[in-house]
Amino acid sequence: MSILINDDTKVLVQGITGRMAQFHAKEMMDYGTNVVAGVTPGKGGEVVEGVPVFNTVKEAVEATGAEASLVFVPPPFAADSIMEAADAGIKYCVCITDGIPAQDMMRVKRYMKRYKAENRMVLTGPNCAGTISPGKGFLGIMPPHIYKEGPVGIVGRSGTLGYEAASQLKELGIGVSTSVGIGGDPINGSSFKDILELFENDPKTEVIALIGEIGGPQEAEAAEYIRDHMKKPVVAYIAGLTAPKGRTMGHAGAIISAFGESASEKVEILSAAGVTVAEHPSVIGETIASIM
Amino acid sequence: MDIHEYQAKEILKDFGVTVPAGGLAYSPEQAAYRAREMGGDKWIVKAQVHAGGRGKAGGVKVCSNDVEIQEAAASMLGKKLVTHQTGPEGKGVYRLYVEAGVPIDREIYLGFVLDRTSQRIMIVASSEGGMDIEEISETKPESIVRATIDPAVGLVEFQAREIAFKLGIEPALTQHMVRTLMGCFRAFRDRDATMVEINPLVVTTDNRVIALDAKMTFDDNALFRHPQISELRDKSQEDPRESHAADRGLSYVGLDGNIGCIVNGAGLAMATMDTIKLSGGEPANFLDIGGGATPERVGKAFRLVRSDAKVEAILVNIFAGINRCDWVAEGVVQALRDEPIDIPVIVRLSGTNVEEGQKILAESGLPIIRASTLKEAADRAVSAWKGDKANKVEVKAV
Repeated sequence: MSILINDDTKVLVQGITGRMAQFHAKEMMDYGTNVVAGVTPGKGGEVVEGVPVFNTVKEAVEATGAEASLVFVPPPFAADSIMEAADAGIKYCVCITDGIPAQDMMRVKRYMKRYKAENRMVLTGPNCAGTISPGKGFLGIMPPHIYKEGPVGIVGRSGTLGYEAASQLKELGIGVSTSVGIGGDPINGSSFKDILELFENDPKTEVIALIGEIGGPQEAEAAEYIRDHMKKPVVAYIAGLTAPKGRTMGHAGAIISAFGESASEKVEILSAAGVTVAEHPSVIGETIASIM
Repeated sequence: MDIHEYQAKEILKDFGVTVPAGGLAYSPEQAAYRAREMGGDKWIVKAQVHAGGRGKAGGVKVCSNDVEIQEAAASMLGKKLVTHQTGPEGKGVYRLYVEAGVPIDREIYLGFVLDRTSQRIMIVASSEGGMDIEEISETKPESIVRATIDPAVGLVEFQAREIAFKLGIEPALTQHMVRTLMGCFRAFRDRDATMVEINPLVVTTDNRVIALDAKMTFDDNALFRHPQISELRDKSQEDPRESHAADRGLSYVGLDGNIGCIVNGAGLAMATMDTIKLSGGEPANFLDIGGGATPERVGKAFRLVRSDAKVEAILVNIFAGINRCDWVAEGVVQALRDEPIDIPVIVRLSGTNVEEGQKILAESGLPIIRASTLKEAADRAVSAWKGDKANKVEVKAV
């Protein structure tokens, strides 16, 4: 098992006719991901990398049975594409796009609430590297060869720090069940807590690595969930100890604006909840190995 | 993106918020002229800088005649104003705003923010205006009133009325307060703000609700649909290196240390700064060169980091997923050949094409210090920066 993506997940790529999307769609297929359709409004009927392109997500879902979607649409139109996926019955959506206006994401979150919880699409991102279940498939832009299949679940806001963790684990001979990027934006689809819950219930995942950073309340919320509801051990690393208050550090959401949002406060909150915190990123792998 | 007080007031006025009469001035004479133009017997001369805390720093002066206005203006214009929000280097004052004084009865704090917990716009208000919100949260937390706004419906009048009553606004002024709240909300929503702060919002002795100060910050990701807001950008208020970087698609934040950083990915860039600190050094900057970095982009990053005179060592940390280590190595070698430097350069490469990248660095003949992990890179950067020659020799032999 793994979470969110399996070897038979039928994947749709929104914005597939773009240069970047084409490149990554091919990478995904080369890895064995079951990409069944693409959507670009006005380009229905074309074929990209052997994949049929449709005008709307609904048409694509009806024709191919796609269940998961990867959004590669430019920022002004990305929120609209996510809502289109939610309305067409897509179960899982990953949005890679960086630069979506925060209020557009607020509307997306509000829109998704119109569906009953059991029918509601799971969204991860935006502004993330995607999700991979090693050996099965991936939706995203990560280099899949750095991930070995195994028992560690990874969830993080930063793409490259997630790569660091995965490759350190691989060097130690440890693999990953699923790695999920929740993205660096202030308003995101899934929180740390949402993904931890999935890992806690996944029989294949034994240990979870949580890779956070400054800004926002989601690490503290995760700490509370870990303390009250989780049996599996969690290792965390929080980036941004040296980040000054009130400055945006690359990710739109990486800004300390309230109490509890600095790296040292988050480390303290997570430690108090029983999480093993890695002091610096070079030891994420060995810290995980030490508690396995 | 931040804007000036007078610009925020112009926007809010368009949305129905009452602001005092005022005029912009670029010289002491113009400041006095503005005051005569609007009439009255009391004026406030205010330095326009992108930072709060101006009052305590001498950036806001109450004047009652021509001479005082000109003196106040001359004491501010062309100077650096240092407030608790500007950092020790301060911000340059090049514009003044001259406002008519208003008779204040009471001061209220009013803020609109993006609340990340509820993922909605939140109103934060307090009957204890004049202090900043951090101070209010510490000293008078019970005075704070909060409300979140449903994005599907927007701010509804009953919510605005509730806030007005909780703040103790007298019934005759409720409508005026509701209009102010609705105006701020619409300005926030329609212009894609991330923050609107009016501190203080005042009730005057002649029964008006007036925004005495105003601050607005906008969502950089939404500027594409607000060209009229983008035009308000004032580069004189930005760190020149940061604006230079932003114009070239690089994400850069200047810090106080001596070890320059060139990294791909925002999270990894922060982690690199942290590791430098843990190794006993201080990072000079945050810099994310992004994915798919070409040799040219690496070269630009080098020039940018070197333009900071404090930088005494440079650490390049790349985890190549979409990036390619050989391209990054080429970029580093090219940058160092084009403009040789005499400070240590430490390079850590990992991921795609790492062997090719290492080979390019090794064969370049340049004194580049290599490392295989981030911790090792940070240790070597710090010891090289401290001038630990023994370590340098040992490292070169790697």
